[in-house]
Amino acid sequence: MDLCHRTAHELAEMLQSREISALGLCEAVLARVEQVDPKVRAYMTTTPDLARAQAKAVDEKRAAGEDLPTLAGIPLAIKDNMVTVGIPTTCSSKILEGFMSPYDATVVQRVRDAGCVTVGKTNLDEFAMGSSTENSAFFASRNPWDLERAPGGSSGGSAAAVAAGETILALGSDTGGSIRQPASFCGIVGIKPTYGMVSRYGLVAFASSLDQIGPLTKDVRDAALLLDTISGHDPMDSTSVPEPPSNLTATLGQDIRGLRVGVPKEFLGEGTDPEVETAVKAAISQLEGLGAVIGEVSTPHVGYGLPTYYIIAPCEASANLARYDGIRYGHRTAERAGDIIELYERSRGEGFGPEVQRRIMIGTYALSAGYYDAYYLKAQRVRTLLKRDFERAFEQYDVLAWPTSPCLPFRFGEKADPLSMYLADVCTIPVNLVGIPAISLPCGFSKAGLPIGLQIGASYFDEATMLRVAYAYEQSTDFHRARAPLGAPGDAKGAAA
Amino acid sequence: MAYEAIIGLEVHAQLLTESKMFCRCTTAFGSEPNTNVCPICTSMPGVLPVINRRAVELVIRTGLALGCEIAPHSVFARKQYWYPDLPKNYQISQYELPLCTDGALEIDVNGETKRIRIRRVHLEEDTGKLLHTGGNESRVDFNRCGVPLMEIVSEPDMHSAEEAREYLVALRRILRYIGVSTGNMEEGSFRCEPNVNVGDEEHGTRTGISEIKNLNSFRAVFQSVEYELDRHRRVLDEGSEIGRETRRWYPSDDTRSGYTDTMRSKEEAMDYRYFPEPDLVPLRVDDVWLHEIRADMPELPRQKRERLIAEHGLSPYDVRVLTQSMELADYFEACVKAHGDAKKVSNWIQGEFLRLMRESGKEIADVLVRPEQMAELLKLADEGKITGPLAKEVFEAMFATGKAASTIIAERGIEVVSDEGELETIVDKVLAANPDVVGKVKAGKAQSKGFLVGQVMKATRGQAVPQKVNEIIDRKLQ
Repeated sequence: MDLCHRTAHELAEMLQSREISALGLCEAVLARVEQVDPKVRAYMTTTPDLARAQAKAVDEKRAAGEDLPTLAGIPLAIKDNMVTVGIPTTCSSKILEGFMSPYDATVVQRVRDAGCVTVGKTNLDEFAMGSSTENSAFFASRNPWDLERAPGGSSGGSAAAVAAGETILALGSDTGGSIRQPASFCGIVGIKPTYGMVSRYGLVAFASSLDQIGPLTKDVRDAALLLDTISGHDPMDSTSVPEPPSNLTATLGQDIRGLRVGVPKEFLGEGTDPEVETAVKAAISQLEGLGAVIGEVSTPHVGYGLPTYYIIAPCEASANLARYDGIRYGHRTAERAGDIIELYERSRGEGFGPEVQRRIMIGTYALSAGYYDAYYLKAQRVRTLLKRDFERAFEQYDVLAWPTSPCLPFRFGEKADPLSMYLADVCTIPVNLVGIPAISLPCGFSKAGLPIGLQIGASYFDEATMLRVAYAYEQSTDFHRARAPLGAPGDAKGAAA
Repeated sequence: MAYEAIIGLEVHAQLLTESKMFCRCTTAFGSEPNTNVCPICTSMPGVLPVINRRAVELVIRTGLALGCEIAPHSVFARKQYWYPDLPKNYQISQYELPLCTDGALEIDVNGETKRIRIRRVHLEEDTGKLLHTGGNESRVDFNRCGVPLMEIVSEPDMHSAEEAREYLVALRRILRYIGVSTGNMEEGSFRCEPNVNVGDEEHGTRTGISEIKNLNSFRAVFQSVEYELDRHRRVLDEGSEIGRETRRWYPSDDTRSGYTDTMRSKEEAMDYRYFPEPDLVPLRVDDVWLHEIRADMPELPRQKRERLIAEHGLSPYDVRVLTQSMELADYFEACVKAHGDAKKVSNWIQGEFLRLMRESGKEIADVLVRPEQMAELLKLADEGKITGPLAKEVFEAMFATGKAASTIIAERGIEVVSDEGELETIVDKVLAANPDVVGKVKAGKAQSKGFLVGQVMKATRGQAVPQKVNEIIDRKLQ
């Protein structure tokens, strides 16, 4: 098999046994990028020189007999909303076009320390606001399973790059489903870790109380390895917890007999694509077959998840994005401004795309005097109710399982109405509001060959149980071994390895 | 007419921390523009704030000194407004749940003690500074941006400009005593915004509150409050109304005396769109921490005054002068310890010492005379080894050089002329040289005797004991 289609843990073994070199692997991935990225358009920026230099350094260290981390020499792509010294960070926004950060994000530092080889930075919906990458100010990335369809978003570039073999690992960020939904759409694995598990320092903030960085990979073991690499307390992030769980691969391979899997009934049925529902139900039966105890559970307030999210996230975003004012960095209008307010208005009006402007306006409105109690405060109360729903569910169940996305990967332009696009995140948003971890992993294909994702959520910082169940399911299926055809619809079946 | 002045003060004090509120940059004042900055305090994409623990401690110290309740759980909030000196375009402050609430500060006005209630003390970050270079250009210096700032809000318990000034003086003294702020108004590390209005008790009406900005001295606070009170009273006299507004103080210059003018009215009032800062977890102050901070509190001015009165029997006036700063009070106590007589030390410090301090513009920390040295000088005077005028001369030299009194006396060859025979000879010479003055004294003009004493002192270069000289002259002229 082409190196590009292998998993990180397979490649790590090959590197350790000197079967391949990091540079050789790097060249294979770079060649693949050159070959397919014009079709997929996963990357905002590629960094071949940096990648080769990092790969060489890993090979030299290994040759010198150094004890290297597992992921040393493994190619990795970084979503373009994590800041990097020496590589532009655009957030796929005109307001940050060409922006060079003076510092590295903590996760960037951690993957570098682990010896990962940086292939480049991936496309996203502008400031991570969107579910398809169509909101990128520069271009939309394409779904490797059907180039006419969206890869999901906002981490669509990272998901497409992994699925297309343009990297082995990728980092994404998830505020309302931005890792899990594109992972589902692209037939790969994505984790939104527990809030506080991974440092947000250097992640360009969208909604601070919801944002979390996580891995996008080809299988569960890779996801566990990458999450282990990036998680851990960071003194630069007050919301990162002192001692998050580590050694996440330890539970992989343990059986799941007797583990209780709850199925929240509100996430299935009306509004869910029948093919998605069928695949997810089959996956749940499969878990039962593996010895898990299945039961239905109610999380009555999830219906309020979407409106709650679309108050809290825009409120936080409206403040987080106020710093892009054209004064210190980023786009400044070329027009002459009469005063400072006009300078702000023009610079921001030109620099931000329509979806970003929409959310800034929603947030500004909701926080205004006289509206705060009715919107922001009410939304925070609903958030508390949602947390109780899930806490109660986890008193009865070890994990919960439900679809990642209610729909199959959609065509570009299909969800032009913002509200219909927002509805695509209905299954993922509650997880961010509650703060728990959740994983999306492949659980089948539609008749047309489009990937379907199963979502498994666990209680706070119980990534170990979540991964244990996900791994048991994954190892009992072949969906994760299928590789995207990078062609027209209908080609998918022939691509399965 | 029975108008009542109603005054509340908002004070912003920069905290004496080494690093900024949410990053590790230094808080040093007076550096080249934009040299004490980092990605965090200039608000680069992706940065996050981390609370400066020392700043929290200093606010708690202040809260304890003002008798506030210290919140075991307080919350930071984003205060949003647009200005180029605020790089995030929001300020991290505290809003609904401040660190300290419900305290009080006692002030003395015209011999009476008044209690001014403190509504809240909270923690926030300072902004940068705009430098208007003229023409079309403005520049911004972020060195000050993110320096820890404490806001102290009083209740509207003051009723005259004097009270407002006394409150500020007392507050600044406390902040300096407990080491939380330099209290320097000119450098902007201690800023005050009075809220002023006037009530007509008879008719039950009140003018709208004026918030006064741009005050950078105690004098400006006093003058602007007086000005506003007058303005409000006049409006009430006319039977008109004043709406709530923010006004700017324009200090007096060559062309006119100081005045205030509207900055913005209530209609233009800012909507800061406060909401809890999601990048910070709520601030928890547990009993252990609070106990540590409490154990580290110094004696406060009022406690010190009461103790000095009890220990040394000094007058309240003397004690107020001596405790105007902790440094002076410490210096005084060290001198007393070395000398023994608190009243003598008190007189000397209030006289010569403070005079030289004023003239030299020095701080206590820069004073070269050690308390033991001052005690030595006073003892020499006690023992009659040096006269009063000479002691002053010697002390000036000590103050200037830091040398011991005995060294200066030896260097200058100063010696008290106590030999009666020698003094009598000098007196005889002075009397012989001034027969007309002698005549006047004999005729009953007692004032003229002072001239003769002065001549003797001059002849002895001040080394004679004036009392002795008086005695001899009296005897000779009988």
